[in-house]
Amino acid sequence: MNTTYHATEQGYYGEFGGAFIPEMLYPNVEELRQRYLAIMEEPAFQSEFQALLTDYVGRPTPLYFAERLSKKYNTRIYLKREDLCHTGAHKINNTIGQVLLAKRLGKKRIIAETGAGQHGVATATVCALMGLECIVYMGEIDIQRQAPNVARMKMLGAEVRPATSGSKTLKDATNEAIRDWINNPVDTYYIIGSVVGPHPYPDMVARFQSVISAEIQPQLFEKEGRKNPDYVIACVGGGSNAAGAFYHFLDDSNVQLIAVEAAGKGIDSGESAATSTLGKTGIIHGSKTLLMQSEDGQITEPYSISAGLDYPGIGPLHAHLFTSGRAEFAAATDNEAMQAGLELCKTEGIIPAIESAHALAVLEQRQFGTNDIVVINLSGRGDKDLNTYISYFGL
Amino acid sequence: MNRITQKLQENKKILSLYFTAGYPGLNDTVPIIQSLETSGVDMIEIGLPFSDPLADGPTIQASSTEALENGMTTERLFDQLKDIRKTVQIPLLIMGYFNPILQYGLANFCRKCAEIGIDGLIIPDLPIAVYETDYQTIFEQNGLLNIFLITPQTSEERILHIDKISSGFIYMVSSASVTGSQNSFGKEQENYFKKIAGMDLKNPQIVGFGIGNRETFLQATQHQKGAIIGSAFVNFLKKNPIESIPDFIKPIV
Repeated sequence: MNTTYHATEQGYYGEFGGAFIPEMLYPNVEELRQRYLAIMEEPAFQSEFQALLTDYVGRPTPLYFAERLSKKYNTRIYLKREDLCHTGAHKINNTIGQVLLAKRLGKKRIIAETGAGQHGVATATVCALMGLECIVYMGEIDIQRQAPNVARMKMLGAEVRPATSGSKTLKDATNEAIRDWINNPVDTYYIIGSVVGPHPYPDMVARFQSVISAEIQPQLFEKEGRKNPDYVIACVGGGSNAAGAFYHFLDDSNVQLIAVEAAGKGIDSGESAATSTLGKTGIIHGSKTLLMQSEDGQITEPYSISAGLDYPGIGPLHAHLFTSGRAEFAAATDNEAMQAGLELCKTEGIIPAIESAHALAVLEQRQFGTNDIVVINLSGRGDKDLNTYISYFGL
Repeated sequence: MNRITQKLQENKKILSLYFTAGYPGLNDTVPIIQSLETSGVDMIEIGLPFSDPLADGPTIQASSTEALENGMTTERLFDQLKDIRKTVQIPLLIMGYFNPILQYGLANFCRKCAEIGIDGLIIPDLPIAVYETDYQTIFEQNGLLNIFLITPQTSEERILHIDKISSGFIYMVSSASVTGSQNSFGKEQENYFKKIAGMDLKNPQIVGFGIGNRETFLQATQHQKGAIIGSAFVNFLKKNPIESIPDFIKPIV
């Protein structure tokens, strides 16, 4: 029997996934479940999606052999340059896909949640491109922390609505977006930014992001004469860039997958976002997965220096990769990530997003073989993080 | 016979009240229940607070946050309710999101409810299919009714299925909204109420969301068996002492 790490028809990855949603959301989520695969397979959809990825996003992104970094760590390191995508991160692969889907479902109004603002910007961008109304929910605290991205969304014509409930961060912005969808079930489409939420979102977002690993294969073949690397490393908050980077390697056990979570100030410090270590099985935003919660089942607030990684859950795919042992889960502290980020600036002339710097931090933690091919998904660029870099290093 | 089923056989319109356990004060749960019963309420939904109540509007969210800050937990709620049947006769339901119940252990949770004398559960984010395959037997063994929701967007086919697997009543969400987001009913809802009444379902329906006073109660119960007041009551508790609960209830019944 072939084992597969992809979603079942009901959206389960092992015991994780499903659609644990109130009845008010059922018609919309069910419509999406019934139609997403058929729409995504339509030739007209595919050609429109591919054309936008090429001409608008700037794909394929390079698979870059990082020579100086490789020399330093005595292994063969390739960087998948998602940081070169339009808007600065992989997030737009997904928003392009979902906005095209929303149009085919006849929806006129787009809502989204955002933490650091990258998904919000990517959503506002595609809504501007398509001429659709766009409302982005963002935690009140994140609005203060991420002012430049708030301004970008506004310039792109989106309305940014503060989430003032709970901890006023990403999970609350997600709650508010879901409530908006409950209140506007007919004309509205909800673009979720990661491989989280009720089925079919985790599978759908993974499919849109799978362009990352789909490109790695021929690119690596051209450079190394083989399609599959020995290792793929990606950071995981909700896990969309990792899902995309792992996707076409999931069922090939010769490729070792390493997911890197944010340890924050240390896994046991009480200020961490290392969900696989600190979480337990539960329900968050309509999905059964691993999540950080109190003994009583109240969802707790994670911490990371990187706003894109402080989500209290992980996508159900990743929960399954963790519990099944298919992927190795590592964790990088704030400091390890910041140092790795700065190192990439100095060795390769690339300023990475702090999220992506967590993936780079693995290079200090373990030794890879001299001939191993290690692909690190550089999910985003660090422009948005300049203030954090400046204050962290006193630049 | 289950107290809910029995109550629904009475020849009257049912008034059900929701409140969040642990709000406004941690130990207000029992006094609120007792006062609601003596004021003439027919049935009570005790809200088990959750950090992330997706289907609730600002009023119930805020009461949940405050209840958790007050120290409410699943265990503490059960402890508060352990002698409730010595003083209270009307049907009692617990309404809560699935995660806290899952962490307590659904089987343990149901057993505890049965011991206390809880009659039913409303778990908005427990999917029907999961209930049927994994949990139905446990509910039945503990004499608990599981109450399902329908909304104006629920298809007729799905309503019929929900009717088939339901016992007690169907929780009819009055409009596409989270709790507490409106305060009167229009033509659209009137038509929806009529349509559902005309479906000849085996389970009576109780309308929730948007009922806050006598006028909306009468509108909601014109075609349906009963109505649930939630946010309006939680708001009342925010501003008024527990002793004044009869002032809220009496004008409605």
